[in-house]
Amino acid sequence: MTAVVATNQTIIVVGGGISGMTAALEAAETGKQVILLEQRPYLGGRVSQLYKYFPKMCHPTCGQEINQRRIKMNHNLTVLTQAEVSNISGDKGDYTVSVTLTPRYVNNNCTACGDCAKAATTEFDDEFNYNLGKRKSVYLPNAMAFPQHYVIDSRIIGTAEADAAKAACKYGAIDLDQQTETLDLKAGAVIFATGWKPYDANKIQAYGYDRFANVITNVEFERLMDPHGPTNGKLLRPSDGKEAKNIAFIQCAGSRDKNHLAHCSRICCMASLKQTNYVQEKFGDDGKSTIYYIDMRAIDRFDDFYQNVQANPNVSFIKSKVAKIDEDKTTGNPVLHGVNTEGYHRYANQHDLVVLATGMEPSVDFKGFPIKILVNDEGFIEHDDSNGGIFAAGVASDALDVNRAVQHATAAALRAVQVVNQVAGA
Amino acid sequence: MTTAVNQAMVEKYKGNFLKEVTDNVEEGNWVKMCMQCGVCSGSCPLGPHWDHPPQELFMMIRANKRDEVLSSTSMWMCTSCYNCVARCPRGLPITHIMHGLAHYGKRMGMKPKNQPTEKFGQMFWDNLIKKGRVNELKLGLGLYFKDGFAEGVKVSMSKQKLGLNMMKAKRMSPMEMLGGHGVSDLSGFHAMLKKAEELEAARVGTNTDAK
Repeated sequence: MTAVVATNQTIIVVGGGISGMTAALEAAETGKQVILLEQRPYLGGRVSQLYKYFPKMCHPTCGQEINQRRIKMNHNLTVLTQAEVSNISGDKGDYTVSVTLTPRYVNNNCTACGDCAKAATTEFDDEFNYNLGKRKSVYLPNAMAFPQHYVIDSRIIGTAEADAAKAACKYGAIDLDQQTETLDLKAGAVIFATGWKPYDANKIQAYGYDRFANVITNVEFERLMDPHGPTNGKLLRPSDGKEAKNIAFIQCAGSRDKNHLAHCSRICCMASLKQTNYVQEKFGDDGKSTIYYIDMRAIDRFDDFYQNVQANPNVSFIKSKVAKIDEDKTTGNPVLHGVNTEGYHRYANQHDLVVLATGMEPSVDFKGFPIKILVNDEGFIEHDDSNGGIFAAGVASDALDVNRAVQHATAAALRAVQVVNQVAGA
Repeated sequence: MTTAVNQAMVEKYKGNFLKEVTDNVEEGNWVKMCMQCGVCSGSCPLGPHWDHPPQELFMMIRANKRDEVLSSTSMWMCTSCYNCVARCPRGLPITHIMHGLAHYGKRMGMKPKNQPTEKFGQMFWDNLIKKGRVNELKLGLGLYFKDGFAEGVKVSMSKQKLGLNMMKAKRMSPMEMLGGHGVSDLSGFHAMLKKAEELEAARVGTNTDAK
């Protein structure tokens, strides 16, 4: 049984991505007791799945490492992974959060030596790589995974394979008898940092994401660049493994569209501009990028970044929302059809690979939530006094980039701290 | 050919064609919502055959190109497939706007010359209002003969088998040539049309194009 101490002066943070880690750390570093819940077996969320950040083009592993160190050093913070909130009740200053913990089947003795994985044979789709590749049934979710412990996929429990993995462990770290647990945790304030999911590109029927191998999404493109990714960091297109040197980026793929997401997802313009840098990084002057856009939204200080990309002769911009994509049968090249607003010229352009700049939608449907909170038409949590001691941090509140999500998470932490201070009578 | 109502409209809106469209064209108030993404133009199956795709027409309206828009053949090319409406990210009823623009251009006496869709539309309307029901035999023959007698005979001969089969299947009666069927309350139907015309005239001005 997992022992976790929680009182009505505890702050619970739901979601261990960049926003949740920030909110939890900021609150814990003021001396408050904080519990951080994460559904996946590791912290870091979607940021850990990026190759590089804009605008500085540094690797997220760096920021991750700083946060992991802060977590290790802080005794006020308890991290629970594979934890899902099943219910929440009560009022500001006195909430009860029910949490379901699913077993990892690996305890803290794990040194991440990897012997157990060598004993495993079955492979499953690799969620970390957006199912672009396979991973073993006993696995470390990613190289930077925190906690740095292996995970045993529950689908092999009860098989000889699980027993073989257990036998391979020299540290007694594998416990196949772990059971699902439910905890009822007290909290004075709850921060939802539940983040986002990429909009389902299959719903954009005319772009054929479901039909054409060489139409992928921007988050998948990030995985292709990662040296630990499904292509070992090579820009290879899915249909034939050929190097993708002529790449089209389609903006507003599912955003700013009454048929899909009505809101602007705010990050996708910068994400595509950033990804044109990847093409340069791989192929130099042989790498060509074309951005199809309605209007580019590189807000405030990002304009410098936009201007630098515009100055690159290997990147072209076509002001047009692509009407539809079909496929050249002999080459497997996607063919983009549309009309260029600048001159109203009709085009049918072939590219090696198409990257859909899909937008962000909230990962949780707050409308069917067990407790009343104010949610806007786009499904994000509105900041409102009627929410009591429940606050959103980061993308749970709106489509935000990492920088703004972290700022927002810090603000949420301060709000939660004020609530528990009131409870304590401070 | 420009008409009195056209002169009046030019006078009234004094170079603000967007306002004129917003006020008078069916669904014209949507034009200002266009963000020029171009997905309508790219989605149009007849797109390559238009002088100006919808997106461009909307921009021309904003740019005050009144004569070019109202006399254009472009909106007459619309087949109402609704591809553009289905894909428009802002939900513009583009098909309806196209028909609205065509109708308004015609009302202003600026319809393009010898545009087959326009010709057929008028023929259909004239046919319909006589009896309140479409007389398909007369409409079909009228269409065959629209480009002169000799052409009409040639087309009629080539469609002979189709006509005979329709008669056999009782889809068309030769008796329709003699007057044809109609609505039961014909005078009521005509009174209704007259009222509608009065309302339209009060809104836009007397239609001088019809006959």
